[in-house]
Amino acid sequence: MTPQTGEAPRRISPFLDVDALLDDRDTRIVVCCGSGGVGKTTTAAALGLRAAERGRRVVVLTVDPARRLAQSMGLTELDNTPRPVTGTDGPGELHAMMLDMKRTFDEIIEAHADPERARQILTNPFYQSLSSSFSGTQEYMAMEKLGQLRRSDEWDLIIVDTPPSRSALDFLDAPERLGRFLDGRLIRILMAPAKAGGRSAFKLLNAGFGLVAGAMTKILGAQFLKDIQMFVSALDAVFGGFRQRAEQTYRLLQAPGTAFLVVAAPERDAMREASYFVERLADERMPLAGLVVNRVHHSLAPTLSAARSAAAAEDLESRGEHELTAAVLRLHAGRMQLAAREHREQEHFASAHPTVPIAQVLAMPEDVHDLAGLRRVGELLTA
Amino acid sequence: MSARDTDWDGVRLHVVTGKGGTGKTTVAAALALALAAGGRKVLLVEVEGRQGIAQVFDIPPLPYEERRIAVAPGGGELHALAIDPEEAMLEYIEMFYGLKRAGKALTKLGVMDFATTIAPGLRDVLVTGKTSEAVRRRDKAGRRVYDAVVMDAPPTGRITKFLNVTSEVAGLARIGPVRNHADLVRGVVASPETAVHFVTLLEEMPVQETLDGITSLRAAQLPVGGVFVNMVRPELLPEAALDAAADGDFDAAELALGLKAAGLADGPADASPIADSLAEEIAEHAVRTRLERREKETLAEAGAPRYELPLLADGADLAGLYELARSIRSQGAA
Repeated sequence: MTPQTGEAPRRISPFLDVDALLDDRDTRIVVCCGSGGVGKTTTAAALGLRAAERGRRVVVLTVDPARRLAQSMGLTELDNTPRPVTGTDGPGELHAMMLDMKRTFDEIIEAHADPERARQILTNPFYQSLSSSFSGTQEYMAMEKLGQLRRSDEWDLIIVDTPPSRSALDFLDAPERLGRFLDGRLIRILMAPAKAGGRSAFKLLNAGFGLVAGAMTKILGAQFLKDIQMFVSALDAVFGGFRQRAEQTYRLLQAPGTAFLVVAAPERDAMREASYFVERLADERMPLAGLVVNRVHHSLAPTLSAARSAAAAEDLESRGEHELTAAVLRLHAGRMQLAAREHREQEHFASAHPTVPIAQVLAMPEDVHDLAGLRRVGELLTA
Repeated sequence: MSARDTDWDGVRLHVVTGKGGTGKTTVAAALALALAAGGRKVLLVEVEGRQGIAQVFDIPPLPYEERRIAVAPGGGELHALAIDPEEAMLEYIEMFYGLKRAGKALTKLGVMDFATTIAPGLRDVLVTGKTSEAVRRRDKAGRRVYDAVVMDAPPTGRITKFLNVTSEVAGLARIGPVRNHADLVRGVVASPETAVHFVTLLEEMPVQETLDGITSLRAAQLPVGGVFVNMVRPELLPEAALDAAADGDFDAAELALGLKAAGLADGPADASPIADSLAEEIAEHAVRTRLERREKETLAEAGAPRYELPLLADGADLAGLYELARSIRSQGAA
């Protein structure tokens, strides 16, 4: 039979107690992750506001280029430093910032290299492309910024909204990939002098390396390779730092005090991504707090089933009576169908991951774009 | 060539973008089916390694190989390809340089990993390059292999950067083979044979992103296609009833009478409690409808053709895809 509302997943899944998570002084970092378009940024902002209004000193870090968090918090500009959000109630404080990927990268270089070397790196075309590019760098810099905020110890709670990656997994992979690249064999090859396309230096190594260097010159062009080589040798000084920082941040994510929240919408793709993410977090031994399902539809008259409602509408229509009632019944049937479908999607997740706590946020008729809206989301999250 | 007039006659590469959650992959698949209808051969490509096409068509994951995945109404053929940037790079190296062995060595050293993950400009050139190749490809008799290619592209927020390959690799490679390749790709993507379509919902954020995306595409002189408004619900209520409901004045007593007439008041029981609940649902619906109408007006400002696709009661299953394809054809988008 058709389930009547979206409540049933809670019968098998534990209830995710968001307030307990936010009130726990040992919770220092909350990471919101999930696929694009599920309301991750809104969830992060709503959690931040709620935590602040419950007495914590909170900073929300967003990496979303759409500046949506800025809009919803009534800020006109978010830059690379946390700005206080005004208009919150209660004893705590809310700050918000948007990641400036390139500036964060520049700052690392400036902090780790002497001025001359820093200048060489910052003006290198390859660096400029790498530091303002989208995939990989953004994830790495988000993690770097998180580490900085955490080390400053100025915040009692940091809430991070993860980058809108191609897939949810990039967020965990990319920092390590960048670290591996900057630390790997490839770099050592590139650092060999660029004489005659690199060939002479590679003779000392082995034939495989020579082949590679030749191929790279041919494919990428000598200028491109030269830019990379210049970048890499200038960056030599800050290598160790990169690797170390990537590892530090990774450990920070695994440490007690960090909680991952997977955010999803009750649709097939989003729930599937949520499943992958939950499994992946477990593989990496990252602490999962639970799943937030946004925009769940429910009916206010759940005892009137979709089938009965549709049949009654048909009956009225065929008799040519009570046209308005028939239309209302059709709409209700549609709403019940939608609720049932969403319920099934959540049930699939719950049966595969029965121990993962779930919190649902009911769909609101209007979009969120102010603090009142965020507060309402916070209430729904804990309802 | 075409037997019927459509809005995109002459377009051979359809790029479909949209904000996450708008149903971009589903619409791309339905558009490809619609284009294939009537005996044409269409290739649907995906570029983000999500295996979204396999999920939409409910088939096993696609390899890096073009294969037929569906037939279209009237004898058309739909082929699909999941482009893997690393594989595309190997193929590219082999095809243009005859360096198969070097390719393997590069993979082992992590060059491929680097090139396709960390240098995203290169990644984008590779996948758009592979797509352009399929668009231009001809068989031995000199005929086009595909009548059209549909690309399930990255989300709206990244689309201009993704397609604007020349400027993306400008910092990476000012001269040389990568740059030449990028210029070639740009020639295809920026031509009148290409159209970039947007998928949106009638919600504030997706609509805003669509408008922003259109503006940035135009600024980059890339060809803007149509706007596909997805998951549109039919408007069942008369105007007066909607207005009343939005203001909280919906006539629940009248509704209770109707429910009674429909036999929904069990036994001697009064239908008013259920009528009150339904009236509340209608009030929410009316608020939503007003908002959707506002978003529709906002979209009209974009000055791009709009197509409305119905919300599918059972979700986007295979039958739903064909229904969407019919809707796309009936509106002249294919």
